[in-house]
Amino acid sequence: MATQATTHTPARTGAQVRISKKRDLSLGKQVLYQAMLLAIAFIVLFPILWVVSLSLDPRNISRPTELNLIPPGASFKAYQAVMDKPTNNPVTFTQLAFNSLKLGAGIALFSVLIGVSAAYVFSRFDIPGRRFLMLAVLTVLMLPAIGTIAPLFVLLNKVPLGNTSLRDSLLGVGFAIISGALPFAIWNLKGYLDTIPRDLEEAGRIDGASHNQVFFQIILPLAIPALAVTGFLGFLTGWTEFALSWQFLTHPTDFTLSMALWNMTGQYAGQVPWSNFAAMSLLVAAPVAVVYLALQKYIIGGLTLGSVK
Amino acid sequence: MAAITKERLVPPSGFRRRWNRSSATRTAWLYLAPAFIIMGIITFYPLFYQVWMSLTNYGIASLNPNSPRYVEPAFVGVQNYAQIFTGELPVAIANFNFWNVLAFNLLWTFTNVPFHVVIGVLIAVLLNVKGLWFKRFYRAIYILPIVLPSLVIAVVWRNMFDSQYGAINQALSAIARLFGGDPVTVRWMEQVDPIIRLGPLPLPLSYFALLICNIWLGWPFMTIVATGALQSIPGDLYEAASIDGASSRQSFFKITVPLLRPAMIPAAVYGIVATFNLFNLIYLMSSGGPLRQTEILVTTAYRLVNEQRLYGSAAAFSVIIFFVLLGLTLVTNRITKATERYDA
Repeated sequence: MATQATTHTPARTGAQVRISKKRDLSLGKQVLYQAMLLAIAFIVLFPILWVVSLSLDPRNISRPTELNLIPPGASFKAYQAVMDKPTNNPVTFTQLAFNSLKLGAGIALFSVLIGVSAAYVFSRFDIPGRRFLMLAVLTVLMLPAIGTIAPLFVLLNKVPLGNTSLRDSLLGVGFAIISGALPFAIWNLKGYLDTIPRDLEEAGRIDGASHNQVFFQIILPLAIPALAVTGFLGFLTGWTEFALSWQFLTHPTDFTLSMALWNMTGQYAGQVPWSNFAAMSLLVAAPVAVVYLALQKYIIGGLTLGSVK
Repeated sequence: MAAITKERLVPPSGFRRRWNRSSATRTAWLYLAPAFIIMGIITFYPLFYQVWMSLTNYGIASLNPNSPRYVEPAFVGVQNYAQIFTGELPVAIANFNFWNVLAFNLLWTFTNVPFHVVIGVLIAVLLNVKGLWFKRFYRAIYILPIVLPSLVIAVVWRNMFDSQYGAINQALSAIARLFGGDPVTVRWMEQVDPIIRLGPLPLPLSYFALLICNIWLGWPFMTIVATGALQSIPGDLYEAASIDGASSRQSFFKITVPLLRPAMIPAAVYGIVATFNLFNLIYLMSSGGPLRQTEILVTTAYRLVNEQRLYGSAAAFSVIIFFVLLGLTLVTNRITKATERYDA
């Protein structure tokens, strides 16, 4: 790449004028490109605008019959209705959200706190068996979450909890999610830790710091952004988890936002007005979307890093 | 301080070296222990248990040992695997054929990812044009499909493809009305008759609806990866090419494409695995229907647990998924390695 670039440099000066002229985008092209980009923006925004407009529809029609960005007499009635009682089950939005929050926060904290020290070992220590253990973690990562649902269901069902089993509780669903989220957190954090230069640690070690001091006082502070991002991804997994909770949970008081949202969808919800469904979608999506937007630079960097390794 | 500096200058004795090394090793094991003890219980043990389950007739009667009707799961060898491959499961599932599901799953993956990569790269190139207005505005909008939870996207698109009240048919009707046509009532999710047949593989309208939704969902990630790579291509290359009389099409195919390749291939591999296992989208949008024509491996495995309650068969199915994924990963890695040297 570098050689290609340099071999052509002598010729450049001669044609400098022609190039600088070419760089400016002609008005015709500018308009053409703007039109294309606007069309793409419209396609991207279309479903979002549709849900927003549905959610504001005050007429409480069971089904939408026309496309309107701001429906006549727009109101937040649907949001009010969803807040009170989103599904036919006697649970409020707050209860559902609290359950989702418990799953999300639990998975975020647990996977990061337990995962980071293992990630540090994978990133820095050359112990016997390291390659084997890393391969074990990678193998688990390859399997989708659904791939272990049968044994997790059967095993958690054997653990008694109150008058039911661990399977039929948020705690059990949390364990089942962590079974996949912890290996992911380890691998993701290892990717980040690999990018932290070793100079600081070596300096610390020369100054007589113990392994623990290096880890807690040098590595962890440097890794805070990575911990935050991995924690957020764990939170996202718990907040939007559907398959395991749908399979495991039977008590409406344990249900999560995603389960309620699925209950309100399309053909299965003849009783649910579409404005309520739309309001619910936005309420589920909004909190995580906002955080995602704020952290996007780090998250995408991490994901591509992970796939390159 | 001084003592440590001295120690570094003098080569450590054998004992010292071993002590240092073993202290590092002890720390390493200590740091690994919490994660591996927990994974041992909730990750690795269930995986081994799954292999054992896949060799038994584990069913609903084996769930509760305290129940009077408890049946000890019996070892049945590879019976579950044989039943999956022949389609004769203990509880009959209508229209179940493992090979069709596998073929559809592969077709689903390899029709989606090329769209994501090509559209993603083209839009990234368009956004990278020098002197273009409102770049930041477009980038901010184009990230939206990534930041919304896939669960929400799936249920929203499910409703958008509703045959009577969905936004897609309403938009098509509005266009049709402009030309004096009738309202459009395409039965996106319900129409059973396939649009095309690829050999024994029927492709219903719901496949195309899923494809449209997943293209909407998938390209922005590729655009972000491609944008990063584009910005690291030195502008000199394009200048040099234009001096040598290369057209913009030539510089796209001779400079942009080869230099994007190292970034796009890992992203595409990531996309292939993610699309292959895209549970949320398919389960929540088409539910694998109509007539199981859009079922993929993970949705089938879920149904075996959730609807048929054949835990032994589901375990066998998951073991099969594992080996299919292993094969897929090895093949894509091999292709990646083979195409790694773009200058060859």
